[in-house]
Amino acid sequence: MAILSSSIARKVAMALSGLFLVFFLAQHFTINITSVIDPETFNSWSHFMGHNILVQFILQPVLIFGVVFHFIMGIVLEIRNNNARQISYKSFKGNRNSTWASRNMIISGAVILAFLGLHFYDFWFPEIVHKYIESNPLDATRYYPELLHKFESPVRTGLYCLAFVLLALHLWHGFSSSFQSMGWNNKYSKGLRAFTQFYAIFIPLGFIFIALYLHFNQIH
Amino acid sequence: MKLTLKIWRQKNSQTKGELKTYPIDGVEGDMSFLEMLDVLNEDLINKGEEPVVFDHDCREGICGSCSLQINGEPHGPDRLVTTCQLHMRMFNDGDTIVIEPFRAKAFPVIKDLVVDRSAFDRIQQAGGYISVNTSGNTIDANTIPVNKHDADESFEAATCIGCGACVAACKNASAMLFTSAKVSQFALLPQGRIEATERVLNMVAQMDKEGFGNCSNTGACEIECPKGISLENIARMNREYLSASLKG
Repeated sequence: MAILSSSIARKVAMALSGLFLVFFLAQHFTINITSVIDPETFNSWSHFMGHNILVQFILQPVLIFGVVFHFIMGIVLEIRNNNARQISYKSFKGNRNSTWASRNMIISGAVILAFLGLHFYDFWFPEIVHKYIESNPLDATRYYPELLHKFESPVRTGLYCLAFVLLALHLWHGFSSSFQSMGWNNKYSKGLRAFTQFYAIFIPLGFIFIALYLHFNQIH
Repeated sequence: MKLTLKIWRQKNSQTKGELKTYPIDGVEGDMSFLEMLDVLNEDLINKGEEPVVFDHDCREGICGSCSLQINGEPHGPDRLVTTCQLHMRMFNDGDTIVIEPFRAKAFPVIKDLVVDRSAFDRIQQAGGYISVNTSGNTIDANTIPVNKHDADESFEAATCIGCGACVAACKNASAMLFTSAKVSQFALLPQGRIEATERVLNMVAQMDKEGFGNCSNTGACEIECPKGISLENIARMNREYLSASLKG
């Protein structure tokens, strides 16, 4: 695409798609935390999200496009960046001048991509089959039991928690970095960075809490 | 001080290089890193061996000629200094020091530790200037008022010596810090605004053409820059570029 032919345009596109996904994460977390607070609210909100035409046929395709675009662009940038240094250093002390999270966005991104595969296998594909292939009748009470069932397995719960740790690292660098990519670096940047770092810890930790709560709650 | 040096030796750009080990004795803490290499070279010449080739000129941290990746960092372990200002007191007796050339596809090795950094010259030539009538009617620059804050920021950007440490430090071999400093020093001044649109578009296009990587905001360039050029310049260049792209 000609519009993405320059390095800065590619970075801005990466930043915008990333910010869109950050916003989506907050929305996803808001719905999921209701499963801990009040399962009926969780059922009701999930039913709305699963059957609202605007959500299903406009927002969901936009979200899938955003996810796919972010991953493809991330891989394209990684390949180009590796190509820019074909002979590596025998000695390279990256930890003296930058964080692990900032240098390894491709690793944290790859783990999140693998997690999304598991997440789609667990929730999205069964939902599509349930609604559009098996054409089951509407049932606004099925979401919470389905969610509980998924978190019975300690292995799956552990994998989810691991992915959220990598998500935290990805957000730790990516969220504030996206503003720098779009040219936003001024006297407010310090405050913004503090907010993005709080977000990078709070949201993934919240998801870990939900996964562990659902897992241990049903054991008892 | 007794040291073990592991130095990248490469005959020319066409041949493969390798790290070779050289023990060195009698190194004083007050020597600069380049003086230490001078001592090594004298020893190599006396033995009839080929001296290590490395770039240097002013030896005062001004010219940007010296480079060297020292123990995994451009210009070595000290901060805000070039290799010529790096003192041997930063090392301890018995240390092993790995010395490599700056690595980037756009900085091909010419010989041993010398790399071709003319890609920076071409980026500069693509727009890092202002056009002024010099036919005898040149207007004194001081007649145009400049905001103090902008003048200071422009001056700070202009302190970039184009050594290439930013490229060497970046895991992506990105030249964004250098290019952004050169864009910023003009973009902040009224004299530079006239050609601002073409400047940023042309300089970024040249930077991409040279094969440098994309900036991923790790901040390594800012930490390793011997002149402390700030990441704010990259943000400014991104703004300038986006605004110029929208103008067409």
